[in-house]
Amino acid sequence: MASSLGKEHSRPRPHVVAYAVSLVCYALMLLPLVAIVFYSVLAPSSTDGDAAWTLTLDWYRDLSNDDQIMQALATSLWVAGAASLGATILGVSGALALHQSRVRFKGPLSVLVALPLALPELVLGLASVIWFGTLGLNLGMSTVIVGHITLTTAYVVTVINARLTDLDDALTDAALDLGASPLQALWRVTLPLLTPAIGAGAMMAFTLSFDDFMISFFTSGVDRDTLPMRIYAMIRFGINREIYALSTVLIAVTAVGMVLSAALRRRSVIN
Amino acid sequence: MTLWLGLFLVGPLVMVALYSLLQRGPYGEIVWHFNLANYQRALDPLYLRVYAKSLVLAGSTTGICAVLGLPLAYTIATSSKRWQPTLLGLLMLPFLTNFVVRVYAIRLILAAEGPINLLLLGSGLTTEPWLMTDSAFAVALGMVTNYLPFMVLPIYVVFEKFDFTIIDAAKDLGARGWPIFRRIILPLARPGLISGVSLVFVPVLGEYTIPDLLGGAKTLMLGGLITEQFLRVRDWPFGAALAMILVLSMVSVMGLMRLVGDPATRRQRGFIPG
Amino acid sequence: MLSIRQINKRYGSHQALKDATLELEPGEFFSILGPSGCGKSTLLRILGGFETPDSGSVWLGGVDITRVPPHERPTNMVFQRYALFPHLSVAANVGFSLSLGRMTGAERRRYVDEALALVAMEGMGERRVQSLSGGQQQRVALARALICKPKVLLLDEPLSALDLQLRLRMQAELRALQRRLGMTFVFVTHDQSEALSMSDRMAVVNRGHIEQVGSPAALYDHPATDFVASFLGTMNRVTVQYSAPCNQSSDHVWVNLDGSNRLRARWSQGRPLPAAGTPVTMLVRPEKIGLREAHSHEASVVSTDGRELSLPCQVSDMAFHGATTQVTAHVANLATSVTVTHLNRDSLPAGLSLGSRVQLVIRLDLDHVLIAPAIPPVTTGG
Repeated sequence: MASSLGKEHSRPRPHVVAYAVSLVCYALMLLPLVAIVFYSVLAPSSTDGDAAWTLTLDWYRDLSNDDQIMQALATSLWVAGAASLGATILGVSGALALHQSRVRFKGPLSVLVALPLALPELVLGLASVIWFGTLGLNLGMSTVIVGHITLTTAYVVTVINARLTDLDDALTDAALDLGASPLQALWRVTLPLLTPAIGAGAMMAFTLSFDDFMISFFTSGVDRDTLPMRIYAMIRFGINREIYALSTVLIAVTAVGMVLSAALRRRSVIN
Repeated sequence: MTLWLGLFLVGPLVMVALYSLLQRGPYGEIVWHFNLANYQRALDPLYLRVYAKSLVLAGSTTGICAVLGLPLAYTIATSSKRWQPTLLGLLMLPFLTNFVVRVYAIRLILAAEGPINLLLLGSGLTTEPWLMTDSAFAVALGMVTNYLPFMVLPIYVVFEKFDFTIIDAAKDLGARGWPIFRRIILPLARPGLISGVSLVFVPVLGEYTIPDLLGGAKTLMLGGLITEQFLRVRDWPFGAALAMILVLSMVSVMGLMRLVGDPATRRQRGFIPG
Repeated sequence: MLSIRQINKRYGSHQALKDATLELEPGEFFSILGPSGCGKSTLLRILGGFETPDSGSVWLGGVDITRVPPHERPTNMVFQRYALFPHLSVAANVGFSLSLGRMTGAERRRYVDEALALVAMEGMGERRVQSLSGGQQQRVALARALICKPKVLLLDEPLSALDLQLRLRMQAELRALQRRLGMTFVFVTHDQSEALSMSDRMAVVNRGHIEQVGSPAALYDHPATDFVASFLGTMNRVTVQYSAPCNQSSDHVWVNLDGSNRLRARWSQGRPLPAAGTPVTMLVRPEKIGLREAHSHEASVVSTDGRELSLPCQVSDMAFHGATTQVTAHVANLATSVTVTHLNRDSLPAGLSLGSRVQLVIRLDLDHVLIAPAIPPVTTGG
């Protein structure tokens, strides 16, 4: 293939139409976010239906006073943490097993791993409900966590497996050759090199779990709500302007998180 | 890990398949009598209409995403190396937010007191606010906005590996504009398009939240129907049967895409140098 | 000391190694040479313990190590792409094997410094492996393996990733290192000049089969099979007719060159003798034949002392290669063209140019000519 420098020169300027469409797309995808942030600080003045808006932090104040939301937030954090932990442990061992498995098992095993990714969460959710019912388990936070782990492990395995295949297999051979037992080789060579991927997978699992709605919706029974479920309920049963404030906070938090992780990644590259 | 997956993934799925063949008893318990009655019920025109609507929605969403996504992917892939990460990041930015919140934001924008209506009313173009929420249009908008990145990314990946000197060669041979697009860019983007179709059509078919929050009572889709069977009507076997139909539809679409894609990818590999 | 007995290894339908048998002497530099995919790397991996043979055994110092895992085997390997641990410094890489045991940090540092000095990389301990050049990485890989003081050092095409000049330098350094340490080195390569120049003894492998083992000179001058003859250096191939076995020597046969000239040459080892009149292939190295001015109307002639055969030929191509000139000439008697490598230190026959008629000279008293059954030239690789 042409060198990247050559590609720079021969990269064509896209057609005007392409530019225009792209702008429309970005507007389409980003406007909702902008709207949320805007609405979180605006309040309608109740003067004869005329649209007069004032800046206010009322919604944020209401938000912090809303116990239900705070509890849902705590629940989501707790569930996401547990799910992330479980998914990481399962995902790492799964990816390692997948990588080392004999060719005969690799095919069906990778299909099995990819299933949660391909199936809609709707199907996963209701299947889990039926299954838990069959097993006689009560629906609650633990079933939610189990459901989340099942879903997110697939993502973790994918991330870690990608990095594993990048790693030179000769590295494990070299460690063995130098006298390390297979376990030592895993601990001293493979795992240290996988650390960034493991971190990325764990973060991904956490985010997916925190964000998840469908599976939580189905498997939580009458127990506490997760945050997305709470938001859904609030939307369903009437507009509540706290939602804007809540959403803005969530956007801000994730934005900060992204910036932090990007900075971390840059630091590890320099290292 | 296999144990876990076997336990919590295969198990549930097998149960769904089983349940679809069972019946709901008069008091809500499960009657263990295997039959295909649920599937026959699913062929009732009432339900078929819901299924058809879902297919149409999924198809149109995919189509719109393709039409919008291709130029976007092309723009990103052809922009300078400095801008690409930013542009990709902007594409993924919505995923930083909560899914439910994002859907709600669309509802917000389309609301009677929302910005669009404000603009329309304020500029005098209309005297009555447009009722855009709780409509098929809102649902479609929600779907497209949400699933566009899934279409853009695979196409971008294909374009990224492109040797753009092909376009120069085409220009040298006298082509310009539309012919270049139709005869060079489009065929070569095909593998990306096919991936994108799989990644959009399949989830949209099973979507529940978006039609539920943006569509209102009038627009019942397959996802909503299944959920309704499960949580309200409590006819688990019938819901399971509908879910099986959904899964089968998905599998056939993915299989179809694989079929359509394979000879094309084989041809591509010979075409794209490097 | 290192004994490989009847090793067989199969991958699916592909037979990678067939009855491979080798005996290595202590302290020798032994090369395994062959084209890509011939099984040489498989053999090395079996020696290192990374693969187990389907049948056969590996013995080291009288002990059967066939099923001993790599971390318990007294062998160490230098990998083709070095396999240096990217998350560890140079010193940590070299000292890795020591860090698995109970040595103190100070002791470890001493040994690491020693090992680095051995490969001329002193003071580079704290560098990151990614910052090293190819040659430097190779030395670190060497030091890392040598620090374990293995009984046998295995090298898997370690120089193939280096550019030519560096490769030549490293060849010399490796050879010097091996002599200094007196350690047995098993060196796998596909580069025949590398194997010829570095080894005490070598083996040529083709499609899983060990074709010949011996010193480089023995393999070059007396190749046992057509493959070995073609793989090492270049060979002229001429189709001639088999005549009769030689009475005085069981290794030699008579062949009929052109109806009036007979030639005695070595027969390729172990092959059954064909019927008289069967076409066979005559192989002779370009540097073993020469050119001489032709005196007018000189026909093919065996010199009076029986030591030379000269045949008239016509020059069709000449290529200047610095130290040598490659002359291609068409020989009417043999109905084919041969290439002659002429050392430019000596002068060419007067007026030699395209189209000149000269005499091709083949020495009959030295064993330069090999006869093999007439099979089409072996294409390397498989």
